[in-house]
Amino acid sequence: MTPLPNNTLSASQPASPTPTLPQDAKKFGIVVFPGSWSDGDCHHALGNVLQQDARYLWHKETSFSNVDCIILPGGFSYGDYLRPGAIARLSPVMAAVARFANNGGLVLGICNGFQMLCEAGLLPGVLMRNNHLEFRCQWTNLLVEQADTPFTNACTEGQVLHVPISHGEGSYYADDETLDTLESNGQVLFRYCTPEGKVTPESNPNGSLNNIAGITNKNGNVLGMMPHPERCCEEIMGGIDGLSIFGSIIQSLSGK
Amino acid sequence: MSSRSKEELAELALTEQEYRRIIDLLDREPNDLELGIFSALWSEHCGYKHSKPLLRLLPSSGPRVLSELGQENAGAVDIGDGLAVVFKIESHNHPSAVEPLQGAATGVGGIVRDILAMGARPIALLNSLRFGPLDDPNNRHLFNGVVGGISWYGNCIGVPDVGGEIAFSNSYSGNPLVNALCVGLVESERLVSATVGDQGNLLILTGSATGRDGIHGASTLASRTFESDEEMRPTVQVGNPFLEKVLIEACLEAAASGHLVGLQDLGAAGLSGSTIEAADRGQRGIRIDVGRVHRREDAMSPYEVMLSESQERMLLVVKPESKDKITAILEKWDLPWVVLGESEEGRRARIFESGVPVADLPVQALTEPMLYRLEGVPSREAEEAAAYPLHSLPLPNSSPTQVLLNLLESPNIASRESVYRQYDTQVQTNTVLTPGAADAALIRIKGTNKGLALATDGNGRYCWLDPFVGGAIAVAEASRNVSCVGAEPVALTDCLNFGNPERPEIYHQLEQGIRGMAEACRVLNLPVVSGNVSLYNETRGDAIFPTPIVGALGLTQNVDRRAGTGFRQPGHLVVLLGASTIDASAEALAGSEYLEGCHNLIAGRPSIDLDLEAKVQALCRHAISEGLLASAHDCSDGGLAVAIAESCILGGLGFTANFNIEGRWDAALFGETQSRIVISLPPQNLPRLQALANDANVPIVNLGKVSGDTITLPGPIKLPLQDAASIWQNALPNALS
Repeated sequence: MTPLPNNTLSASQPASPTPTLPQDAKKFGIVVFPGSWSDGDCHHALGNVLQQDARYLWHKETSFSNVDCIILPGGFSYGDYLRPGAIARLSPVMAAVARFANNGGLVLGICNGFQMLCEAGLLPGVLMRNNHLEFRCQWTNLLVEQADTPFTNACTEGQVLHVPISHGEGSYYADDETLDTLESNGQVLFRYCTPEGKVTPESNPNGSLNNIAGITNKNGNVLGMMPHPERCCEEIMGGIDGLSIFGSIIQSLSGK
Repeated sequence: MSSRSKEELAELALTEQEYRRIIDLLDREPNDLELGIFSALWSEHCGYKHSKPLLRLLPSSGPRVLSELGQENAGAVDIGDGLAVVFKIESHNHPSAVEPLQGAATGVGGIVRDILAMGARPIALLNSLRFGPLDDPNNRHLFNGVVGGISWYGNCIGVPDVGGEIAFSNSYSGNPLVNALCVGLVESERLVSATVGDQGNLLILTGSATGRDGIHGASTLASRTFESDEEMRPTVQVGNPFLEKVLIEACLEAAASGHLVGLQDLGAAGLSGSTIEAADRGQRGIRIDVGRVHRREDAMSPYEVMLSESQERMLLVVKPESKDKITAILEKWDLPWVVLGESEEGRRARIFESGVPVADLPVQALTEPMLYRLEGVPSREAEEAAAYPLHSLPLPNSSPTQVLLNLLESPNIASRESVYRQYDTQVQTNTVLTPGAADAALIRIKGTNKGLALATDGNGRYCWLDPFVGGAIAVAEASRNVSCVGAEPVALTDCLNFGNPERPEIYHQLEQGIRGMAEACRVLNLPVVSGNVSLYNETRGDAIFPTPIVGALGLTQNVDRRAGTGFRQPGHLVVLLGASTIDASAEALAGSEYLEGCHNLIAGRPSIDLDLEAKVQALCRHAISEGLLASAHDCSDGGLAVAIAESCILGGLGFTANFNIEGRWDAALFGETQSRIVISLPPQNLPRLQALANDANVPIVNLGKVSGDTITLPGPIKLPLQDAASIWQNALPNALS
């Protein structure tokens, strides 16, 4: 893995003093596509807040090694031309990400990253335009459906997480058969809900089928979610429920 | 003596006198390309020919100022810790009137590149918007297009949109104001200049291919009035936010490499403006070849290439030995680039097309247009309106409660959430106070305990009634908004939106507006470090209200000590800073939202006591820095009753007043007396606040208590919180549907 020369993404954004990482820090590879914008936010949350070994992976890399978890960040990779994620999936790095996932490596796709995972066939279904046709940036409530996964083991089943969304194309769609399979396999990890945990049409911000906010693959090692956990890892940002998701990953990697 | 007709020159926004001056400067007649370049650089938009003498009235220096007004693409302010904040506001009114989505989008793109050209990472956007009433379908079309354009472009480039304001008035019907503000952050020692530097440096053009879009945007669209939108559509540019995002990263990487001599965006007047201004800053000449420019259309003439305003292009200046290092960075980001030419001795702009000379112009003459100092005359209509005897105005037939509901439903006051939720307000994870939550946006600076507060303001009604006082209030209120979150205002940027300055009453507005702003800047000790002028905001002979928009930058040393608008806890006391009694005089209604909404009247003479203003703001900041206050919200549009209602709605808590009204209830509740801030605090903090107020010689008065779920005020007003919230939240979506 090659970090970006000059640490570009934080070059002008003064970083916090480089923390001395704990010995058991996990290695997170954050893929940078042209047009990514939550790469820096994920790096800050994982590296500065959670004291993990966060590194950038350039989209032109054809392979990487020594990575515990891959993050596909949010943004508008390649301008979202054609369809969100459609061009990113053809990036050299995505073949390596697929190999990593197929070998059981943990992959978290956030927002645009979720769209890429669907385009790449690593997750079923598609993300369509929000049903009201507007971009939405707002806080949402997520019902944790499964707590025995690498991404939610620090949560409890039925817990409600407060996490913001920021997207124009986050309406999850799959055919009935796929949807049934997802549901019966317990692959739906997060659903939009009310603050009390009720799954209602009003709490669905984009028209996703079954209020789906995040799903895993069948093996449970690949998660795609539209909400942004990296945006809620510090109290000053209005909430820290993102720590539960990243914390679960770290915990699960530590248990290996 | 002129071979050009007056009409031909008018098309280029040049006068016969200016043409004669060009001939004198060249000692010959200019060719078409040369005349086109003069037209663009001498336009109001680039050359500030009517406004420059007046802009010099604004204080522009100060101990924190690193780059003053007009020196570079944006102003820069030292905030300590080796960091500088770069910021600027700019208009894109005319393009947005013609094609609102692309007009607004490219307005955002343009201001972001101004910040980028300083070597700074763009960290926040704000927008100040003005439209005609939403019952007109064309105004709804403009509104939806502008908001859609800001959302589309801003969200894609990963810069949070953290605030601004929106107002509606007849005077902006068909002539919307779209002012975009961008803030950047850079290590002070990495600030980059937009200069060609020494002779022999290479000029590298990168980014988008050059097309025929936006030719003469600066001179024809932004520097004269126009009758038909349709005829102007080809002068509007088309944006590519993805390319902008890539340019941001590539240019910041190039700047961080230490191998850049200069960095310049291509904005107004395209390649002509950027190369010639950079040459002027370096006190050098340039030799460039337009034949090398990568193009998106065939058979473009040198004229079209030099004056195209195609978006998402940057000019990088490097020493020849650094060229490979810089171009490797551009190639890493898959950006096309060409070496356009080089800087050279002498101060000529020599332009070639594939080796054949096509223009040869003196650099200095291009950047020093003829300046005009005109005689202003007050508008008679506005003078009469300002002299209106407000004390003879009858009280309305509606009840005070109904008036409050009407005001909460006014598009000028109602919640903007339906707009803000279309903008990414949180990306970069620095936004501490999001739009609508406070009088100003607040963003933290990672790695420090500091925060930056940002607000824009400008009231066209006030400025029309009294341009001097209106200008002063714009400065005072933007600064007050920043103080209300707990930050110390440190610098301003301004966008001066006016009509045709060649008309005496408009020139009067411009001159008096600037003089009023300058006076407020002196009293509040604030420099104006950057800005932009948008004149000729007229459609079919009707000028907009004079609307200077002021953007204020505030700095707080402790971002954890801050205040929002909403009340926080039942039992907290509510206090008014800046007054010992509730002003219930008719004069308080001057230029108010209430007067226009309820009486269909724009009248009276607004006023402000700037010394009191400075003291009130200082007290508010001091109290917040000591952690005394739970909330702070300034009294502005809609007056005291609306300010209290907004704090109730945002806090989800009611209010019970304990003051009486002595005088007109409408003036007491809805008058817009300046320099007042509604704060709430735990009762045990009141003695300390009182002591601070005594020391600062600022009057304060107890208003009541946070309690229950009803807004209860003298008047009387008794309004269930739910009713107030529902009407306030739904008004804008309803007006749009």
